[in-house]
This record gives sequence, C-alpha cells and structure tokens, in this order.
Amino acid sequence: MEFTQFLWMTFGVFVTLCIMSFLYKDNPFYKFAEHLVVGVSAGYFVVILWHTGLVPKLFQRLADGDWYYGFLNSSNLEYLIPAILGCLMWTRFSKDYSWLSRWPMALYIGISAGLAVPLEMSNRVNKQLQAMMVKIDWANFFGHDGFDLLDITNGLSQLLILVGALAAIIYFFFSKEHKGAFGHVATLGIWVLMIGFGASFGFTVMARISLFINRLQDTFAWGHQSFDTSNEHYSIFFPIVFWGLVLFVTGYIAYEIVTHLRKKATTS
Amino acid sequence: MRRQIPFALVFIFGFFMIFQFFVPHETSEFFYEFLLDWIIVIGIFALALGIWSLFKVSVEKIKLGKEGAQYSYVTLVGLFLMMAFGFTQKTGEGWGLYFLWIVLCGACIVALMRLRASASAGSKRMWGMMALGLLIGAVLVAIFDDAWAFYFYTQEGLSNSMFRDFFDYIMMPILATMFALLAFYIASAAYRAFRARNLLASLLLLAALLVMSRFNPFLPGAEYVAKASNWLMNVPNMAAQRAIVIGIGLGIVGTALKVILGIERGYMGKG
Amino acid sequence: MNIFEKFMKLDRRWVYLLLITVCVLTYVADFDVPILVEKEVKVIYDRIESLEEGSVVLIAIDYDPNSLAELHPMTYAIVEHCWRKKIRTIFTSLSQNGPGMCDQAIRDITDSLSLDREYNGVTYKGREIVNGVDYCFLGFKPYYAIVILGMGQAFKLPFPADYYGTPLDSIPMMQDIINYDQVDLVVDISGGNITDAWISYGQGRFGFPLALGLTGVMTAQYYPFLGSGQVIGIMGGLLGAAQYEQLADNPGRAKDGMRVQLAAHLVIILFIVMGNVGYFASRKRLKKEGRA
Repeated sequence: MEFTQFLWMTFGVFVTLCIMSFLYKDNPFYKFAEHLVVGVSAGYFVVILWHTGLVPKLFQRLADGDWYYGFLNSSNLEYLIPAILGCLMWTRFSKDYSWLSRWPMALYIGISAGLAVPLEMSNRVNKQLQAMMVKIDWANFFGHDGFDLLDITNGLSQLLILVGALAAIIYFFFSKEHKGAFGHVATLGIWVLMIGFGASFGFTVMARISLFINRLQDTFAWGHQSFDTSNEHYSIFFPIVFWGLVLFVTGYIAYEIVTHLRKKATTS
Repeated sequence: MRRQIPFALVFIFGFFMIFQFFVPHETSEFFYEFLLDWIIVIGIFALALGIWSLFKVSVEKIKLGKEGAQYSYVTLVGLFLMMAFGFTQKTGEGWGLYFLWIVLCGACIVALMRLRASASAGSKRMWGMMALGLLIGAVLVAIFDDAWAFYFYTQEGLSNSMFRDFFDYIMMPILATMFALLAFYIASAAYRAFRARNLLASLLLLAALLVMSRFNPFLPGAEYVAKASNWLMNVPNMAAQRAIVIGIGLGIVGTALKVILGIERGYMGKG
Repeated sequence: MNIFEKFMKLDRRWVYLLLITVCVLTYVADFDVPILVEKEVKVIYDRIESLEEGSVVLIAIDYDPNSLAELHPMTYAIVEHCWRKKIRTIFTSLSQNGPGMCDQAIRDITDSLSLDREYNGVTYKGREIVNGVDYCFLGFKPYYAIVILGMGQAFKLPFPADYYGTPLDSIPMMQDIINYDQVDLVVDISGGNITDAWISYGQGRFGFPLALGLTGVMTAQYYPFLGSGQVIGIMGGLLGAAQYEQLADNPGRAKDGMRVQLAAHLVIILFIVMGNVGYFASRKRLKKEGRA
C-alpha cells in the first residue's frame, strides 16, 4: 500500500471516529463529517446521473443533431419529448408554473400504477395464495423420518402455515368487528404476527451489530497497515500518522473528560 | 387544464400498461418499450431536483447566517469537489497543476458564499473581488495546464482516482458508521424497552431470543436451537409475513386502481 | 432500589462503552466460530456450482454503503465463486450509491483472481479478469422497476452503454446476451425495496431463477417468496454471507466477524434478561407496596 492510499485510509478512520463520537454527544467533529458526506453524496449522484444517465440516454442519442438547431435536426427527435417533460419537473420551483410539473409526474404515476396492477396482483397476491393451497401431507403429519415436529415440510408445519396465514389475514380485516369466533381467529393472527416480528427483531440485532463489526474491521486493518513492515512502500511516516491520530483522539477525549469534571465541580 | 390533463395522462398511460400486459401485441410492445425508455430520461431530471434543493438550502443557510452555517461550506465544498473529480481526469502520468485548480475553485466557492452572506458594501466588494480573482486563476489553470482535461461527454471522470478515493474513504466510512450507531441504540433499547409485559410481548421476546441464540454453536444443544430457529423462520414467520405480503399486494393494487380511475389524486398537490 | 433497578437508571453511554469493549476484545481474541449452513444458502451455492463454464449470472448490487457490512461479503464471495468457475457476470446497480460499491468490489476481486487459490480442494489458476469478456458492469439508472422491466425486453434498452461508457453493442460478452432469456441466474444483493421489484417485475414477469442476498432487517420478510418458489434461496445478513463463505471455502469478512456477533448477541441477550428481571422485580415491589 502506498503512503497516499494510507493517508486516505487514515482519513476514513478519522471520519469513522467523528461519527462514533456522536454516541457520547453531538459535537463539531460529528457535524463536520455529517455535512461533508451530504455534499459528497450529492456530488457523486450528480456525476452518476450525468455520466450514466443523461449522456447515454439523451445526449448521445441526439448527437447527430446540431446544438445550435436545438437538436431539432437529430434523427432521434422523439427523445426531445422526455427531455422537455423532464425539464418541466423543474417548474416545481416556480409559484406560477409549478402545475406544469404535474405532467411528467402524471406520466410516471400512470405508467407505474398500470404496471403495478397486474404484476403485483399476480406476484404478491396470487402466487402467495397459490403457495398456501398446498395439499397437506397427512401421511407424514409429524415428520418424514419418525416424529420430528421441527421438520418444516411435515403436514403439521404445512397446516400451521395455512392456519397462521389465514388468521393473520383475518386480523387485518377491519370491516368486521373482532368479536366471537372471528375475534378468536384474529387473536391467533396477532400471535402469529408477533412471532414474525420477533424473528425480524432477532435478525435486526444481527444486522446492526454487523455494521459496527465492519467499522471495527476497517479500523483494525488501518492499525495493521500502520505497522506492516512487509509492505514494500512502508516508511517511518506510516506509524507517525498512526500515532498522530491516536494522540489527537486521546487529546480530545482528555479534553472532554476535563470539561465534564469542571462542569460537575461548578454545578456541585 | 391544470388538473384535467394530468388526470387524463394517468388514466391513459395506466390503462395502456394494464392493456399491454394482457395483450402483448407487436404495436403495443413498441409503445411499451418507448415508454420504459422515456420514463428513465424523465427520472434523471426529476432526481436532479433533490440536488438543486440541497444546494439552495445550503446557500440560504449561509446567506441568512443561520446556526451551523459554517458547516454548509463543508457541504458545498464537498459537493463541488466530487463534481470536479467526476468530470476531470489526467491526460498522462502526472496531475500537473490540478490540485492548485481544485484549491482555487474551492476557495472561489467559499468566497462566493461569503459574498452572499456579506451585509456591508465594503465586505461585498472585497469578497466579490476575491471570488473574481480566484475564478480567473482557476480558468487560466484550466486553459493552460495540459496534464488534465474535462470530460463531459465521455466517462473518464468515473475512473479518476480522486473520485474513487472520495467514495471509498469518505462516503463509505461515514455512511457505514452512521448506521453502525444503531447497534448501540438497539443494545440500549434491549435493556430498557424489551419487556415481557403480556402474552403478545412475550411471544415476540421468545421468538427474538430463539433467532438470536442460533448464532451460538457453543450452546448445549446448539443444533437443536438452530433447527428450532429455522422452523420458526419457515413456519410461523412464513405465515405472518405471507399475510403481510398479501395485504401489501392488495393495498398496492387497490391504490393503483384508485389512482388510475382518478379517485386518489393526492399526487397532484394543491393549486 | 435493588441492583436491577439501579441498572435501569444507568446512563446509556455506559451500555455503549460495555458493548464497544466486548466487541473490541472479542475481535482481538482470534478464535473461529463454527458456521452451521442452512438450506436457504446452500441452494444458492449449489445452483452456482452446477453452472457450466461460460454461463451467465446477473448480480444486482442494489445497496448503499450503509448496508455494505452485511452485503459486501456476499458480493465478494459470490463473484469470486463465479469468476473462479469462469462464469460470466453482468452487474447492475439500481441503488444510487451502488455503482461505487460495485466498482470497488470489481477492482478488489479482480486483484484476488490474479492469484492461484485452492477452494474446497480444487486449485484454480490465477487469471486476468477482462472487462467486457468476463463481466459487464451496466451501472445505474433511475426508477428501478422500469429498468428491471426494460432489461426484460433488451439490456440495451435501459443501458445503451455500460458504466464505463462503452456501447453495449460493442462489448464482446454482450453479443449473445439480449435479455434475461440468456441469463442462468439472477442474484439480487439488496439493502432496500428494490428486491420487491426484482420479485414482482423481474422474476414474476420473466420467470428467471432469482436468489436473494438481504440485510438482516429484511430477511424475515422475504421468506414467503421462498416458500412460494419465487425465490430459490436467501442469504440473510452477515450470517448468510458467512455461510456462503463457508460453502465456497473462501473465508472473508463475514466469517471474521462472526465471533464478534456471538459475543455481542450474548451481551444483548443478557441485557434483555436483566431488563426483564428488573422489570418483574420492581413490579413485584410496587404490588407489595400497593398492598401495604
């Protein structure tokens, strides 16, 4: 790894610590990193939209026309229509003409809604209903190889999925009061839903911890690079930068502790 | 006209898309492909609105000298730098005066913002002159330095090492760490809010504990726990999520039909 | 006030510090955690393993840096698996920050492929991965549902050129690939609802085999699609990635992180248990005081 790349890596660790410092309290370092990423992300998006969007989808298609004719002599003239419609979106910033932005929006909403009706009906509703209508495996009701309640393909599991899903759907049915037998089924439905949410929560814990692990891995990788003498570009500047950042962070923590203690002493 | 045309557009194109799904004739396919293509072009313009909004908000913040206005400089400089990297690339081995140009442009942006924020005529003049000087300097460097060039029509900028480094070492760590903070909030929530107050909460808690325990291969009966957790995912969880999927599906279809038929017109806003 | 009640009143920052300390110490303590492979992941591995040389896999990198911790290891493991087996890959990124993620992954995995490696007892010679021959990176376009439908007509409809600006017509690999009909498997690695579009607008309309790599938060929600056969397999979160790494015999960041997962989960389970014990203890005390 070259020194410049190591410096970038150090900056990556620095901004990681800036964001992590928010756990203690809001501070200028956090705000700096937060605002920096907003700007950089926006800049990145502009570049991506331009290079992978406007250039191949519009400019290159109109390229055989002349700009001083407004590309009206292009052989792909029809692409001026979405371009004009796209420009109309920008009228949203005008008080008098913002209604024009409804046209391209209406086109998008109409197309999206039209696509959603058959495809969502078929793939979310019909296919899931179809999956519920399986033939219950009564022959292997308690398991395929002897008694095994945790066998997910046994008849009992199939029945539980069917009954559980139906009960949960009934719970979402609010046109009839949840009373009597209907209410009991709806109660079963909320039990099933709670188990589902519990499973989601279990996975969510894993997800959140994973994010922190990644930061830990990057920080340790940086620490490793700082003292990796097998690196052909290694020099004394690597550990100097490392200790520089460590000192800076330690200094800031010490400053915060002293400020905190002083404040405490003043208030008491 | 202000409301009727959009409504008619939604109805016509919505109905056409449904019709096309069931009757995929050659002609309808032709229009279908055209529309798919067009809508992406419109989308590019629409997404750029967000960027403009961000720019406007940041500039306004600086102009009005609101609290934290100094951070808006960071946002604007970050925005500019990323754009500058994305549209430039070196032409040979070295970068020449590229970094001088970057500094001049960055300083010019700051000077322009200071100009917007200035209240007195003297300060305005000073920042104006400074911005102009920096701009002239940046233009001269851009014209006379052959080591790098602008690429608006081709994608060289995407391979600019600075563009990549900004993504890899600024965007990636910051965005990843922002979400990593959630690990701590969930730990805090775990001991403050996750209570078995009643049967429903207990079910949720037990399911969560079972799913969380499957990580531990050192637990006694770890395989059994893993199997039970797998059963939980594939049976009760599947049933619950299936009901939700069907519910969402019906919701989407219902809303889409309401939009196409003009019953739901919230997307048009007021006016 | 008993010890549990005192614990409840503890400043949350001490909880944070405890979690950080446990995670750091476990990460430093280098030990392996055995990974139990689930069927949902094995199906995906087996499907890729069964593909012949020259087959085509479309890998959708639909995530931003905020989900990279869980999803990047999946991308690395799957792409390396495909390229070692000389399977051609098409990359798309329908998430706005996805192109950068994909670009970075391609650079890293290309470097790794240049070395000789042994996976599951098979030695793979290092080779140069060539853009346009071994892979094609299509990039980003807005409105993912429309783009997914567009690719079903022809890849060049939403993507006239690849990410690097080369027209699709002049990319060697794309000469015999028109749309999903020539794709043997689609793997959507996603951190958001683009997955819904891949299921409803992609698999549902064009019928290709679809495998999912999802963040932990999303995983449970997509099991119904596994049950209905719309999806062939699901890799859920870091554990899913670790399972794939285990199957591919290519340990990476996911397996490396599992020991921290283990410790952090134990801490959180402990928090939940202590919180509940404290809750019941204080409830009992309040009841007693109420009676008195």
